[in-house]
Amino acid sequence: MLVIVFGGAGRTSAAETAAVSKPELEAKIKYCEICHGHSAEGFEGYYPIPRLAGQTPDFIKYSLQAFAERTRTNNIMFHVARVLSPDMMAALGAHFHDLNAKPLGAGPTDLVAAGKEIFETGVEPRGGGRIKSCSSCHGDNAEGNQDFPRLAGQLDDYIVDKLTNWSKEFGQHPSKMDVSRIMQPIAEALTEAQIKAVAAYLSSLQ
Amino acid sequence: MKLTRLNIAILAIISFAVPAWAIDVETPKRCTVCHSASFQGLQPAPRLAGQRYQYLFNQLSDLGLHRRDDPNAKLFMWPVVATVNPQTARELALYLSTIPPVAAEDGDAELIASGRKIYQEGMPEANVVACVACHGPNAEGVGEIPRLGGLAYPYLRRRLEQWGRQGGYNEATRPPMPHVASNLSLKQIEALASYLSFVK
Amino acid sequence: MKLITSYRGRGTEVGDEPMVLSFPSAPAGTPREGCRRRIVKASGLRLALQLAIAVVVFATAAGGAATKALAFSSHELAAKIAYCQDCHGPAGQGYRGFYPMPRLAGQQVEYFEDQLRAFVEGRRLNSIMSPVARSLSPAMMTALATDFRAFNPRPLGGDRRELAAMGEKIFQDGVPEQNVPACAACHGPEATGIKQIPRLSGQLYLYMVKTLTNFRKDRKEHLSDVMYPVVESLNKRQIEAVAAYVSSLR
Repeated sequence: MLVIVFGGAGRTSAAETAAVSKPELEAKIKYCEICHGHSAEGFEGYYPIPRLAGQTPDFIKYSLQAFAERTRTNNIMFHVARVLSPDMMAALGAHFHDLNAKPLGAGPTDLVAAGKEIFETGVEPRGGGRIKSCSSCHGDNAEGNQDFPRLAGQLDDYIVDKLTNWSKEFGQHPSKMDVSRIMQPIAEALTEAQIKAVAAYLSSLQ
Repeated sequence: MKLTRLNIAILAIISFAVPAWAIDVETPKRCTVCHSASFQGLQPAPRLAGQRYQYLFNQLSDLGLHRRDDPNAKLFMWPVVATVNPQTARELALYLSTIPPVAAEDGDAELIASGRKIYQEGMPEANVVACVACHGPNAEGVGEIPRLGGLAYPYLRRRLEQWGRQGGYNEATRPPMPHVASNLSLKQIEALASYLSFVK
Repeated sequence: MKLITSYRGRGTEVGDEPMVLSFPSAPAGTPREGCRRRIVKASGLRLALQLAIAVVVFATAAGGAATKALAFSSHELAAKIAYCQDCHGPAGQGYRGFYPMPRLAGQQVEYFEDQLRAFVEGRRLNSIMSPVARSLSPAMMTALATDFRAFNPRPLGGDRRELAAMGEKIFQDGVPEQNVPACAACHGPEATGIKQIPRLSGQLYLYMVKTLTNFRKDRKEHLSDVMYPVVESLNKRQIEAVAAYVSSLR
């Protein structure tokens, strides 16, 4: 049996993979959308539940694996991910990538300008050194690129929560090679005000 | 009368059988003196037939502890219940709850419609709750909430007046009845009692 | 203020095993005594809260360009609260009437208000609550929601405890094999809810079962259609388990 792995954009329907049946996939998508929103735009539950629409397929696959292996800790997503086959993860990644919902939870508009500045030019942390622009990895329009996630239109409070608590949730198996490592020093170097600003900016992007 | 024969038959069966709960023949007989041979009630004593088991048991308990203290209860029931032990009370209540009730139908028939409206819909502007919420669509009650359907008009009216008028008069009556009744006017009580006396 | 006497614990339901109460009553210092004291204390607190709410409502009503200076008197509010309590319990903990009347205590304000509006607009169907809700002004709805939010009685509880562990698993972890999401994702790990998502902790078991079973039938409310796929993925046993679990939560 040919196992089809979905990469970037431009693929045909995710349902065409041989290993995941159409009804199974559709049921699973519907299930994801209960929490992540009708069009995967995200949802303000008790926790801010992130937007998946337009996300890079690689990042979705990577995240689901990380949840299942608990290198990224989240009890709810652990249980979601642990039953997913790699093919299903890939199929979901492809499906959500194709969605294009309007942003759900924009942050305070007065912070947007400052956030844009940070996103496009980076920051100089107090402790010295330089953090380069977010756009250099996440794309000029925060659209993401392979393993670097799309941030455009993400929920404001979700971004704030992740950047603030990065090392508590990501990279939980120090011995494992984990792409999220890159963000750790960045998240730690950003001040609270900078986090809020960049979150406000990103959540406003289409 | 069919009912009387049936009751005697039941009593006979009970007294001769060897059930897990054994009610003596004498105890129910004593009740019939006031509550009538068929337990359908005889003013001022209310119908006991078909009443909810838990409600009957609770009343016996409250009467025994003198928590239920409306005038008739004090006068007639306190001495009687003093001789009833908890086990007998349980058996009595169970037995009475199995007897098919007969509606008294002694209210004012012209008030049925207005009484039904209050019962089924309440009066939200007057902060009167719909009785149906707790007592059920046929006033059948549930658990420790009594069946009201078919009880005698004078009894229902008297009880509603007692709660509404006196407030803490019946210490045994827990929320919400004293408050519910306190929002009812006399006319509304008459309508409710009339309607309920006809409910089967 | 009328003194509220102690509130007896609920009796058996139809068809249940007869419950045995022992004569004479329990000695002083037992839960029933404590319950009475708690409720009396709560009514003093509640009066203060009601007056505070009335003041706030007056202030905001007067501050706006409203034609009426006062939305309602503190007496009216107190009377309306007592009316709600007739069915929903002396401290809003719910009541097992012929129909199970849900707990209101500690409910999210936005959710509470939205449900009352839903009863008025027919987005939520209930023949008892629709006339009730129609008698309430928007200001009164807000005041009631705020008031009941502050109550914190113990749950009525005691239902199907043997299913609570199973219910906890479903609630916290979901059932991914059945595409049932974890309730905690939206309702919170302690089922407290947030904003328009209702608190479930301490809710009546029977009410939860009824609600989950009849969800699509009773609620055409746009915010709650997120629940449709959830309830459709749960089987009867799982509904009972989740209900048992949340009904036990403080």
